[in-house]
Amino acid sequence: MQAVEKKDNLKERSIQFLFKYGAIALLFVIILYFSSISEAFFTYSNFTDILRSISIVTLLALGVTFTLVVGGFDLSVGSTMSLSTVVTASLMVWYEMPLWLVLILPILIGALVGLLNSFLIVVIGIPDLLATLSVMYIVAGFHRTYTEGYSIYNNMPLTSGSTAPGQLSEAFLWIGQGRMLGLPIPVWIMLVMVLFAYVVLHHTRWGRVLYMTGGNAEAATLSGVNIRKVKCAAYIISGIFASMAGILFTARVGSGQIDAGAPLLMEAVAAVFVGYSVLGAGKPNAIGTFFGAAVIGILLNGLTILNLPYFAFDIIKGSVLVLALAVTYIYSKKRFSQT
Amino acid sequence: MDSPFLSMNAIRKSFGHVKALEDAQFHLAKGEVHALLGVNGAGKSTLIKILSGVYEQDEGDILLDGKNIRLRSPKAAKDHGIYCVYQEVDTAIVSELSVAENIMLDTIATGKNVFVSMTKMYEEARKALKQLQVETIDVQEPAFKLTLAEKQLVLIARALVSSAKIIIFDEPTAPLSLHESTKLFSVINKLKAQGVGCIFISHRLPEVFEISDWITVMRDGKLVQTFQTENADAEKIIEAMLGASFNHEQVDRSWEIGKNLLDVKEISDDQKLKNLTFTVSEGEIVGIVGLVGAGKTELAKALFGAEPLKKGTISLSGNSLHMKHPKDAIRAGMALIPEERRKEGLFVLESLQTNASFPNLKKFSSFLFMQKKAEKSFAKEIIGRLQIKANSTETPLVHLSGGNQQKVVIGKWTSRDSKVYLFDEPTKGVDIGAKADIFKLIRELAESGKGCLYFSSEIHEAIGISDRILVMYNGQFVKEFSREEATQERILLYASGGKEG
Repeated sequence: MQAVEKKDNLKERSIQFLFKYGAIALLFVIILYFSSISEAFFTYSNFTDILRSISIVTLLALGVTFTLVVGGFDLSVGSTMSLSTVVTASLMVWYEMPLWLVLILPILIGALVGLLNSFLIVVIGIPDLLATLSVMYIVAGFHRTYTEGYSIYNNMPLTSGSTAPGQLSEAFLWIGQGRMLGLPIPVWIMLVMVLFAYVVLHHTRWGRVLYMTGGNAEAATLSGVNIRKVKCAAYIISGIFASMAGILFTARVGSGQIDAGAPLLMEAVAAVFVGYSVLGAGKPNAIGTFFGAAVIGILLNGLTILNLPYFAFDIIKGSVLVLALAVTYIYSKKRFSQT
Repeated sequence: MDSPFLSMNAIRKSFGHVKALEDAQFHLAKGEVHALLGVNGAGKSTLIKILSGVYEQDEGDILLDGKNIRLRSPKAAKDHGIYCVYQEVDTAIVSELSVAENIMLDTIATGKNVFVSMTKMYEEARKALKQLQVETIDVQEPAFKLTLAEKQLVLIARALVSSAKIIIFDEPTAPLSLHESTKLFSVINKLKAQGVGCIFISHRLPEVFEISDWITVMRDGKLVQTFQTENADAEKIIEAMLGASFNHEQVDRSWEIGKNLLDVKEISDDQKLKNLTFTVSEGEIVGIVGLVGAGKTELAKALFGAEPLKKGTISLSGNSLHMKHPKDAIRAGMALIPEERRKEGLFVLESLQTNASFPNLKKFSSFLFMQKKAEKSFAKEIIGRLQIKANSTETPLVHLSGGNQQKVVIGKWTSRDSKVYLFDEPTKGVDIGAKADIFKLIRELAESGKGCLYFSSEIHEAIGISDRILVMYNGQFVKEFSREEATQERILLYASGGKEG
């Protein structure tokens, strides 16, 4: 009898351990493994490369984090980013707008997409996944219609026969390609945003309200929270993060690529769920999300060094997501069975 | 009742250490309506669940038609012709399917035919409804178009097509209008005439007298007494339900009741609540007592702005309140300790301190930033003041017992200095020691000048704590008792829809 209990206890404890430190352990194993097979891997320049490569995904994932915190889910972040990418480029290349408008308009559009999402979810009552899935397609359609299916670049030919009048300005490109204090600008933007999300979620009254709304909407309502407004805010924040990712992407590649965000949705979602369990948080959180994005970034970087064909990457990304989800759900089932 | 068709003898059932049934008995003859009565926790629903195969008894026999049977699953019970019409009809109805498919559901599910003939199904469904003389229901309609009462009839018809011998009605009239109840009773009488044995569970005595032939009263997991309805009277039945009268401790009140605090005039929600008027003064504890389904929770939620009201006014300290959301009620100075603690009152996975500070985050933050030290010291303060058993302020509430969780729910409001506290069944699922603590807390709140409303179906507890008791029945106040006049018997009589004299 006692032996059985002991065994159960051991099993229990190892699950706890795996949940708390599993992602960190995984990260170490990956780093050790890639370092042992490639000299180029464990270098400063490769690490800044990795950080730069995850900066866009991290922004997207932070948005998803906010919606997950309130008990929702935003699938439309990828296409919102795509829309923002082409709008940003077009404002400069087609319409020669000043930089401040180029930065503000896409963010407003992202907020509008968030507003549309929350209208469907909060006012009409469509479940989060289905509403944002539909909006994902609507927004993707808009961004392709807007550019008539073409990417936007300097001096591109226009349908009227002339070439585009404007250019992506130096100042704008600096956002995506410049460096400061030894780190690329996108990395700085990412770090500031992670810190911002962390402070909002964990150290402000708003963060408390967001988490409680997701934790128990009914109890939050009876404690005086207007959960409709809170959910609406979360989706707007998500839209803004996605449009920031789009702006950053344009500045980084120097053109308005079509469908830029679609493949990143999956990585962003995976990042959030890997981060879910980091250090036993047991809920979506900003630091964990950054950490999750790093795990995926390092993995993809290492696989590139190993010369794995890029079309096989989705297998790895998908497997990471499944693993993270498995850990999350096994753990939450355990936690709820205690209650 | 010479030759009972169904006999349940010496039934015992425990859940962990809790004995739900001890030596329970029940007998039912063909073609009779037998009412089963008892206060909360008397063991009615456990007995019914054993009979319908949801639970299996630990000990005891069930004899059907003289044969010993084992009911290991709901399916086994159905195979023996025992059907249950639950109060929540929607759990048993597939709303997308037609009425006919719903009526034939058990037959389809267990049938061996791959193909289902619609014409044949409509025909059989119509036949069943005709037997109940409720042909007005169109068998081709989808079930979601039906009213609640009609769905009940569909469930009864379902039992009938499977040639049910016993049908259990578990509080069937609770959601029905008077007219619908009358209709249901005529259906029950038809079933009776066809030789079906009916078990009827209800909190409403007038109905029980109207429909039943026999009344069995249960208390503390045992059969207490069986009455022939013709010869029974309400007061005797109430006595049997309550057992020996409790000597509730009368606590001396050392504090005075102050001026009028909450003034509620003629509020209605056009559904459950009908024209309710009452007041609560500073330092007063007003008990609102009613049985399950009387509308207590609806009233508590309406007072808290969580359910809309159609008519009437609520004013607090002379200011009239217009509440659209609980936050309006909270700002005005109300606090709700909801009935479903875990579902509505707490964030069980969060820490004690996070829960405690939540209703008043502004107090625990400066500008936007949370002041975790202030939160912690408040959590410590309520742990001490309310004698909460918790290892630390960081303990997630999952790890606390029901009573300690409830103390957190009460304590969290004290940071707002609310004026009126609404306690909805605050002792539900709380052990005896913690109950005493909670009563003490409520008295302390009253002593400090708060107005308290105590919603409960536990009559003796309400008598013990309240200064005044309003008895609620079917969404209305039917009687008011002062502390001195109140006895369990009198309250239960009114709460069951009876009258004195």
